[in-house]
Amino acid sequence: MPDILGMSLMGAGALFFVAGSVGLLRFPDVFCRLHALTKADGLGLALICAGAALGAESPGEGLRIALVWAFVALASATGSHMIARHARRSGRPGRPEVRA
Amino acid sequence: MTALADNPLLAFDLLLALAIAGLAVAALTVRDAFAMIVAFLVFGTLVALAWVRLVAPDVALAEVAVGAGVTGALLLRALAHLRGGSLSGRAAAPRAAAPTPAGTLGVNAVLAALATLALGLAWLGTSPGATGLETPVAAAMGQSGVEHAVTAVLLNFRAYDTLMEMVVLLAAVIVVWQVERGAADAPRPAMGEIYQGFARVALPVAVVAGGYLLWIGAEAPGGAFQAGAVLAAVALLILMSRIYRPRAAHRLVLRGGFVAGAAVFAVVALAVSGAGRVAFEYPPAHAKTLILLIEAVVTISIAATLAALFYGREPLSAAVPSSANRGKAQ
Repeated sequence: MPDILGMSLMGAGALFFVAGSVGLLRFPDVFCRLHALTKADGLGLALICAGAALGAESPGEGLRIALVWAFVALASATGSHMIARHARRSGRPGRPEVRA
Repeated sequence: MTALADNPLLAFDLLLALAIAGLAVAALTVRDAFAMIVAFLVFGTLVALAWVRLVAPDVALAEVAVGAGVTGALLLRALAHLRGGSLSGRAAAPRAAAPTPAGTLGVNAVLAALATLALGLAWLGTSPGATGLETPVAAAMGQSGVEHAVTAVLLNFRAYDTLMEMVVLLAAVIVVWQVERGAADAPRPAMGEIYQGFARVALPVAVVAGGYLLWIGAEAPGGAFQAGAVLAAVALLILMSRIYRPRAAHRLVLRGGFVAGAAVFAVVALAVSGAGRVAFEYPPAHAKTLILLIEAVVTISIAATLAALFYGREPLSAAVPSSANRGKAQ
């Protein structure tokens, strides 16, 4: 039972990654793209981590997966903030080649 | 269909192999250097995934930490240096890519063909189903001092090669300090408050993670190179956020850090020899202690060396910039 639940969580997470990637490819400028990527991938990663944690063999392993999620989320938020900040300050936010 | 039933991940493996080959082609053919580096980074990440699929988690960890992470930082740093301090800036307009000389192409083609030929011969020469060196390694694990086969091979059975890898890193940093002598400390963009907050949370945890990787290497995937790469990433973040700035007065400590790994490694190797033992033949009773000692020092050396390669020059007293760089960085 935890297997099925874990797999469906991971599957849902993968869907969010696909949505984020479509946004990255289809949205017009760097801010929209960051918006799509960070929101969708953040949720996708959380779902995949939750699915993986369900299959963890020990509480310690689950804790490490939770730490992975927390720090990737922090790093991704910080990274996208810095990309957006750089794009805004360089004054040509509409230029598609500014994206990460 | 039977192949798919035998190996449900076959489709994934094929896609992965295609993506790796495609990214390699992209990294070589894209004309923009920044796009080239990004393609190379994704390539490194997917290669790490391929190592995971080959059940080689140690190599995967090293590939993603060094091949994708630290190498990516080095390449981007070099590109920023070439473009006068900015990655996206077109200040130095992309020159029309000079065609690669035919001689270079020819030499590369011959070398690549030779490497492919050698790999093919090695593959053809191995009898199918051969276990390679797995059996001898498993048989000798009892005397290695550690419980993880990869660490036993790296630090015990073929420790000489690992020592030479440390010497290669040392040679690299010596060359960088010689070549870049006196290069100006280019102003780098101020990273901002969000980044500073992130660094305050993430850096201590990353240091703990590096120590964990080093310690766990005795019994599970991990070890000195992976831990060193994680600590090097910490050092990179510290250098970029200017929490620490190398100064000329720190050169003695830095040199000590670069040399310590190779030096301790060689001293231990020689010290255990004699009385019927050859170099690197650790006494089984002390093998784990000695291996962990070597790994700890090697980790610090790797981290210091990779960070110094990123910094890219010898810190000289004249090159210390004032804080006036911060405001005008953009």
